[in-house]
Amino acid sequence: MTTPDGRQTQGLTLGKDELLHLYRQMVQIRRFEERAAEQYAHGKIGGFLHLYIGEEAVAVGAISAKEPQDHVITHYRDHGYAVALGIDPRLLMAELFGRATGIVGGRGGSMHFADAERKFWGGYAIVAGHLPIAVGLALASQYLEQNYVVLCFFGDGATNNGAFHEALNFASLWKLPVLFICENNQYGMGTHVEYASAVPEMARKAAAYDIPAARVDGQDVLVMRDAVKQALDHCRAGHGPFFLEALTYRFRGHSMADPEAYRSKEEVEQRRREDPIIRFRDKLLAEGVTTAEELDQIDTEVDQQMDEAVRFADESPVPDPATLTEGVYAEPVAAR
Amino acid sequence: MAREITYRDALREALREEMDRDERVFLMGEDIGAYGGSYVVTRGFLEQYGRKRVRDTPISELAIVGLANGAAMGGLRPVVELMTINFSLLAMDQIVNHAAKIHYMFNRQISVPVVIRTASGWGQLGATHSQTFEAWYAHVPGLRVVMPATPKDAKGFLKSAIRGQDPVMFIEHSLIYRNRGEVPDGEYLLPLEGAEVRREGTDVTIVSWSRGYYLALGAAEELARDGIEAEVIDMRVLRPLDIDTVVRSVQKTNRLVIVEESWRTLGMGAEIAAAVQEHAFDYLDAPIARVGSVEVPMPYAKNLERLVIPGKDEVVAAVHELLRRDVAVAR
Repeated sequence: MTTPDGRQTQGLTLGKDELLHLYRQMVQIRRFEERAAEQYAHGKIGGFLHLYIGEEAVAVGAISAKEPQDHVITHYRDHGYAVALGIDPRLLMAELFGRATGIVGGRGGSMHFADAERKFWGGYAIVAGHLPIAVGLALASQYLEQNYVVLCFFGDGATNNGAFHEALNFASLWKLPVLFICENNQYGMGTHVEYASAVPEMARKAAAYDIPAARVDGQDVLVMRDAVKQALDHCRAGHGPFFLEALTYRFRGHSMADPEAYRSKEEVEQRRREDPIIRFRDKLLAEGVTTAEELDQIDTEVDQQMDEAVRFADESPVPDPATLTEGVYAEPVAAR
Repeated sequence: MAREITYRDALREALREEMDRDERVFLMGEDIGAYGGSYVVTRGFLEQYGRKRVRDTPISELAIVGLANGAAMGGLRPVVELMTINFSLLAMDQIVNHAAKIHYMFNRQISVPVVIRTASGWGQLGATHSQTFEAWYAHVPGLRVVMPATPKDAKGFLKSAIRGQDPVMFIEHSLIYRNRGEVPDGEYLLPLEGAEVRREGTDVTIVSWSRGYYLALGAAEELARDGIEAEVIDMRVLRPLDIDTVVRSVQKTNRLVIVEESWRTLGMGAEIAAAVQEHAFDYLDAPIARVGSVEVPMPYAKNLERLVIPGKDEVVAAVHELLRRDVAVAR
């Protein structure tokens, strides 16, 4: 399943509707993030805002490959997965605005989206902290014979953290159904991988724990989808974890506060020419799947959807102060 | 009807009963299976329940708790054993940044019903194996922190912790596993709340928890021989903290001594003292006294170690000092 050259095009085995759905989802993420950046500039969104622009093919490809019962858990750059899982963008934008209608009621913000009903266990903001949790969810799957696999996304930066190594060891030791998807965007915040990791290929780290691994082109949504499908089959068959390294690139800064002094404009420009949305669009047109007009129509619909998301968020109420102390515990506390 | 059993056996009964009741309850930790547990709490469990439910782990505290968090989110009822509370610091991120936050941060969509059993204690083990960090965990909203002193509480709390919906730090003590006490026959649960007045008195209130409770009780018995009647309160649960019970007692005795095995600086005693003066300032006839460890990393040598950890004599002396101050103020 390895595609070492990373440029190998996959045959378009999917139907037109499915292909256009993938395109729509990638555009949804892009437009959602662009709107979020605007609203941040307008002061409507506070705190940290980490944009997923440039990495859309990873989330969309991977999530399109999963079965409905599979679980998803991720890091703090979490908007893309939420959109790809089909969560209403209005609820996500409302969360960024800190509104009661947000996906977690204004309690979590940008880094902590979650939707338990969809088995989306959330975005986690302590780098690598969610990897052991992902393995625990996989333990529950094995223990309760649930037949789900846990898709666990994280960045290249996480692979240098102890929690990563402890989690991989456990997953392999107990043969747990977890798919580790490392989004290697080359930077842990502003530190290039060459200054952070003794091993530049993250997939090689899996070898230490006897976990099979592959490196794939994360800028090609179909390559990503195909690789994840095969990896999930491996995990679901009871063979234990799998490790995928998706080579990708973040077009925007780490967060909105990032002056990007650590990389050149030329580097970013060059990577932008490999934009995963443009690549997929060109391919759909080259293969005669659709027309430019049809794709433009999708773009327009998504624009309207995101306008509506911003409007909804802006008009939503802030959380009721009376609820401030609700939910610290799941069960009531009486003692003073 | 009641039976007398050890603290260790009380824990074993609680684990057995809950494992028999619910297949989703499982144990994981270092050396809990083949070895039988560092403090022998789980001896025989592996043979009885098998590897699926009694899981020996690598020495990997962060991931042990992290896996338990995930397993709890996924519908299981994990009971983790961290060999000692010193090692829990390696799992601090999973306990504080994850277990304690997930329910609130995700707006009640997800709960983390995980029980983390660990042991405080000392005994010529040196600086890194002789600490107790209940105050660190009790600082954190979202955690429940219990530190039972008696076999009855140990069993009833552990069963409730396993059945509850919240993460629980369940802190045992290596020096009281062999203590005996009465437990009710048959099944019982105890809510994870509330201090208990275990000895009534009129002259001074002595507050402690876990092993410290036995020091307080021993001191009270000695003081009684001098005609001083001490009321002894076992805090039992450190978060949520039951201040009302302490306040009611101080309203009667007008004097308070807090006994803790840890350093006094920013400890449980500091919190209890602050809360009591907020609610019972006018009832206090003397400053609140705290008896705690000397503020050094624990030395190995037996004579030095004894100087660090307070004993019954220090508690008795603190009460006498408090009564003397009282007399001085009256003059």
